[in-house]
Amino acid sequence: MNIYVLMKRTFDTEEKIVISNGRIEEEGAEFIINPYDEYAIEEAIQLRDEHGGEVTVVTIGSEDAEKQLRTALAMGADKAVLINTEDDVEESDQFTTVKILEAFFDDKEYDLILAGNVAIDQASGQIGPRLAEKLNIPYVTTITNLKIDGDTAHIERDVEGDVEKLDASLPLLVTCQQGLNEPRYPSLPGIMKAKKKPLEELELDDLDLDEDDVEPKTKTIEVFLPPAKEAGKVLEGEIDDQVKELVSLLRNESKVI
Amino acid sequence: MNFELSKEQEMTRKMVRDFAEGVIQPRTIEIDTKAEFPADIFDQMGELGLMGIPFPEQYGGSDGDTLTYAIAVEEIGRICGSTGLSYAAAVSLGASPIYYFGTEEQKQKFLVPLAKGEALGAFGLTEPNAGSDAGGTKTTAVLDGDEYVINGEKCFITNASFAKTITVTAVTGKDDRGKNIISAILVPTDTKGLTITSNYDKMGVRGSDTAEIVLEDVRVPKENLLGDPQKGFKQFLYTLDGGRISIAALGLGIAQASLEKALAYAKERKQFGQSISKFQAIQFKLADIAMEVELARNMVYKAAWLKDQEKNFTKEAAYAKLFATETAFRAANQAIQIHGGYGYMREYEVERYLRDAKLLEIGEGTSEVQRLVIARQLGC
Repeated sequence: MNIYVLMKRTFDTEEKIVISNGRIEEEGAEFIINPYDEYAIEEAIQLRDEHGGEVTVVTIGSEDAEKQLRTALAMGADKAVLINTEDDVEESDQFTTVKILEAFFDDKEYDLILAGNVAIDQASGQIGPRLAEKLNIPYVTTITNLKIDGDTAHIERDVEGDVEKLDASLPLLVTCQQGLNEPRYPSLPGIMKAKKKPLEELELDDLDLDEDDVEPKTKTIEVFLPPAKEAGKVLEGEIDDQVKELVSLLRNESKVI
Repeated sequence: MNFELSKEQEMTRKMVRDFAEGVIQPRTIEIDTKAEFPADIFDQMGELGLMGIPFPEQYGGSDGDTLTYAIAVEEIGRICGSTGLSYAAAVSLGASPIYYFGTEEQKQKFLVPLAKGEALGAFGLTEPNAGSDAGGTKTTAVLDGDEYVINGEKCFITNASFAKTITVTAVTGKDDRGKNIISAILVPTDTKGLTITSNYDKMGVRGSDTAEIVLEDVRVPKENLLGDPQKGFKQFLYTLDGGRISIAALGLGIAQASLEKALAYAKERKQFGQSISKFQAIQFKLADIAMEVELARNMVYKAAWLKDQEKNFTKEAAYAKLFATETAFRAANQAIQIHGGYGYMREYEVERYLRDAKLLEIGEGTSEVQRLVIARQLGC
C-alpha cells in the first residue's frame, strides 16, 4: 500500500501564546507534531506493517519542520517530504495549503492519505476534506477505527460521542481522531536510523506553481487573545434578591438573556 | 564553538521527556514510598533502546553518543531520581566496562542483552572496608585450573538484585612491588555460591535497588576475566570517570526539576497580596538556582562531549559530578525553602529531590573524592 500522511508542525499545546505586532510570537516557543497527526502517523505505520508498502509523511513549512519530519521517520515512516515555502509564501491559508498539496499529489500513486482531524493551532479541519475534493477521492473525517480489506476500508468514526460505522473504497482520505490508536514513542534506534532515511525537499517551482497560484483567499484582519478570565462574583443576601440580581446581571451585564 | 544539540539529541530529549512525564511521573511518589524497583518501567526503557544508547548497533545498542545518553539520564532524573540512578548505573557501570574492555565473545554474551534492555547489569566494586579506598579491596579471585574461585563481600551495589551479570572486582595477585593486582571478573548472578540480599532502608533513591553480595567459593571460567588482568584498577578508574558524567547528568535533572517546581510555586503562591515570586528574597534564590543549573548543564555536556571526542575527560567529569550533584542538593534545598511548609510534604515532591540528591554527593565517588581527583589532575 502506498500511504501518505499529511503532517503539520504546531505550537506545543502547553505553550503560553504571546502576540506582538498582530502576530503570534514564535521566538522561543516549543514546536511539536500536531497531536492529531501523530495518530495519523501511527495508523499509517501499523497499516504498513500489516499490509506492506510504504509510508511517506508530507509537510508544508520551513526548514524548521525537518525536526518533526525526522521524528515521524524515527517513529517508523519510510520517507519524508518537506515542501519548503519559506521563500515563496508570505501569507497562506487553507486554500494555499490545499493548492500545494493538490499539485504535490498530482503525479503520485496513493491508496490512502491520512491526516489529523484538526491542527491544534488554527483548528480549521479543512485541509483533509478539501484536498480529497480536489483529488476526487472519497474522504471520512474523525475516524476512530480503520481496517483495510482489499480495496475496502471498514471505518468507525466519532460523531459527537457516538460511533458511526461505514465502508469506503480506496483510494481514500481519512482524518484521525483521538482514540484511533496510541502513538508510539520514537525509539532510540529509530531516531538514529531516521537520519539515514530519505527526506526530500521541494519548493513551489518543483510543483510547477507560482506564488500567485497559491495566494490566500482569506485575509487576517486581527489577531487577539481571548479576554483574561476575571474574578467571579459571589452574590449575597436573601435568595429571592440573589435570583433577581442574577437575572438582572445576565440580562444587562453579560447580555446572554 | 557550537552549543547547538544535534537533531538526534533534540529528538532523544523530547522522546525521553515525553516518556518520563507520561509513564514514570504518575508513579514517582509510589516508587519512593514503597521503595520498589519499577522493573516494568525498565522493560519499556529497554524497548525504546534507552539501555543501549552509547553502544554500537552490533552489540545491541542504539548507536548514540555519551552526550545523548547524558541527556536521557537528565530527563529521567528530572522526573524520578530512583529510576535515573538505576538507569545510570545499569548503563555506565553495568554495561560500559564490558564494552570498553571485553573481548568480542564477552561482548556478544554479556553486553548484548544489557544493551538491548533484556537484562540489567551491575558493578561490584565497593566493599564494607573499601569505599573511597578502592585499592583496599579484600575480595580475592584465585585461579584453580580453568576457573577463578572468588571469595569476598560487596556492599551498596546498585541493581544487583535484578542483574543478570555482575562485574566484580577482586585481588588476583601481587605485582613486582608487592601491591595488589585488582582485576574485574564477570559473574553471572545464577552462579553457585553467590548470595545477593537487598535489605537497605535508604534515605533517598528508594526505588533503586541496592544490594549486598556475598561470594563464597564462586567459580567462573577464567575467560570471564574482563580486559587486561594487570590493569583492572586502571580500567575501573576509567569506568568510574564515565560513570561520573551520568551521575552528574542525574544531578542536573534533579536540579532542573527543583528549579521548575520552585519557580511554578513561587509564581502561584500569594502572600501579602502578591505572588511570592515578586519578592527579592525569593527572586534571588530562583536566580541562583537557574544560574547554577545552567552552569552545571554546560559542564556535564562538555565532559560528555570530551568523552565523545575521545579526549581526556577525567578532570571535567569530576568537575561535572561535583558541581552538578552539589547544585542538585542546593537547588532541592532551596526549592523546599521556597515551598515553605508544603515543601516538607511528600506530595510536593521537592523533599524527595533533596533526599535523592544527597546520594549523588556520595555515590560513585564522594564530593571529597572528586576534589582529590581534580587536585591530582592539577598536578598536586
